[in-house]
Amino acid sequence: MEKEVAVAIDDLTVAYNYKPVLWDIDLAIPKGVLMAIVGPNGAGKSTLIKSILGIIKPIAGSVTVFGKPYTKQRKKVAYVPQKGSVDWDFPTTALDVVLMGTYGSLGWIKRPGKTQKKAALEALEKVGMLPFKNRQISQLSGGQQQRIFLARALVQNAEIYFMDEPFQGVDATTEKAIINILKALRKAGKTVVVVHHDLQTVPEYFDWVTFLNVKKIATGPVKDIFNNENLIKTYGINYQVSIQE
Amino acid sequence: MTSAQIVIQLIASLTAIACAIPGVFLVLRKMALISDAISHAILPGIVVGFFITHDMSSPVLIILAALTGILTVFLVEFIQKTGLVKEDTAIGLIFPALFSIGVILIAKNANDVHLDIDAVLLGELAFAPFDRVVYNGIDFGPKALWVIGSILSAILILLVAFFKEIKLSTFDVGLASALGFSPAILHYGLMTVASVTTVGAFDAVGAILVVALTIAPAATAYLLTKDLKKMLFLAVGFGIFSSISGYWLAHNLDASIAGSIATILGVLFLLVYLFAPKSGMISVAYKQQRQKIEVLLLTFLLHLRNHKEKEERHINHLNEHINWKKSQSKKVLDLALKNNMIEVNANVVALTDKGKVFTENAINYITAGSEEAIEEMKKEFFLFRG
Repeated sequence: MEKEVAVAIDDLTVAYNYKPVLWDIDLAIPKGVLMAIVGPNGAGKSTLIKSILGIIKPIAGSVTVFGKPYTKQRKKVAYVPQKGSVDWDFPTTALDVVLMGTYGSLGWIKRPGKTQKKAALEALEKVGMLPFKNRQISQLSGGQQQRIFLARALVQNAEIYFMDEPFQGVDATTEKAIINILKALRKAGKTVVVVHHDLQTVPEYFDWVTFLNVKKIATGPVKDIFNNENLIKTYGINYQVSIQE
Repeated sequence: MTSAQIVIQLIASLTAIACAIPGVFLVLRKMALISDAISHAILPGIVVGFFITHDMSSPVLIILAALTGILTVFLVEFIQKTGLVKEDTAIGLIFPALFSIGVILIAKNANDVHLDIDAVLLGELAFAPFDRVVYNGIDFGPKALWVIGSILSAILILLVAFFKEIKLSTFDVGLASALGFSPAILHYGLMTVASVTTVGAFDAVGAILVVALTIAPAATAYLLTKDLKKMLFLAVGFGIFSSISGYWLAHNLDASIAGSIATILGVLFLLVYLFAPKSGMISVAYKQQRQKIEVLLLTFLLHLRNHKEKEERHINHLNEHINWKKSQSKKVLDLALKNNMIEVNANVVALTDKGKVFTENAINYITAGSEEAIEEMKKEFFLFRG
């Protein structure tokens, strides 16, 4: 039986200054998968996520989330941007950053209250950052900052999670902690989409994978399509990774 | 104090508050330069507005000038988006062009209108109390107070209503956009506020000193706190303090009020820059000095850990083995002893248990990046604070 589709992308083309970064992408992300998007630098991985979320306007194509346009489904989607996309010297605390995850459900003008604070503290607890709730975000290590971002996504209590390189610049312990949380999300029936760089860990972490290099190369279960043929198609003949069978 | 003096200080303080609030967000968005651009580029808007209304504090003039400010931001972004020039170049291209149009307009029409470039650049606070709103023969008080008072009220309402939104879009544009808080609307909203404030403040402090009131209090506050709300309050406080003390400085020196206020703002920033407890220059220099010694301490502890043989750890040989200056060795030895990390038995140095644990944790942190064990150490040692 076909799985329910969480995100359907049809004929998506995105261009920066008339140069296509994503070309005619057709992609169906089934509900309940933990999917890696892999591809070389400049393959358009982040762009793909950003155009799903409406942050970048595509020049052609459409995206639906559970059958409706994203703008109608914002509350079902959580997003973890690249850690480097924000200024960590911004004057705020870990708890406050996590609270930002509740802004979407609050809408304009309304302020977070007790319910939101409780949810934020629970999310901090889940990522093991509760003791740091009042810490200045600039005083956190790279791994801790990434956990805060994850907590911020958890507090959105979404159906689909998009994460842009959540393992970038984190230590081994944090990487384990993050992947365990992602696996727990999948177990709870959520859909998780991760831009991922480390090809070695794909079979261990993910059950679904999309190969991307401006065009979509392949998408499907890791056990069926994560092979040398697709890796060469995506990265070229000289890719530097060998897969352990 | 005469009532005119009180009015001047009140206008200056309200202007400072109205500038400091958008200033905080401009500084955090690394857009300080855009306020400079706006303050100059609104000149043609003001001049045209003045030709139409013949009144410097008319709402029409304020709206026209604010529109010019937004046009400036729009043009800067338009040029930047071509990818041919960077943002600072785009700013440098746009605002002198608009500003010079304003200057030419004034020069061509200076004969029949009362508007000169000095007043535009520097403002004249001293006359502000005497330009009054009179309606049906009733005196409603100084015009500038009404103008800046209304602008400040609007800013405060917007700040309270949209604090969450502007904070989010300043910190994380991507998430703001994904959650449906349009960063473009918030960006142009902030730019509108900055433009309107500049026009309103213009009468009092002039085009150039508006920049000082916008940027300096925020930049000073940023050095002192890492809490957005405190930063806003501090910036407002610095603005008010500078306005009042600047007024009295000008009073005593018989100098320009706006110039004195800006001078105080500059001095205040310098003092904080030097003496701020965490990020001040002196404290940073101290921290670097400490870190340097702590690196040496760690090197020393590692040496002790790696060498079981007694002669390597004999107090007389340590100097030549590690190859440090005597004064350096002494500092390191004192620090280690003070923290009970080493003990000296018959002139042979050895690690204590505390020293051993410390060394292991430090090595784990440096080689494996494991952070759990060093949380406690951060309190006493600068080395682990990144």
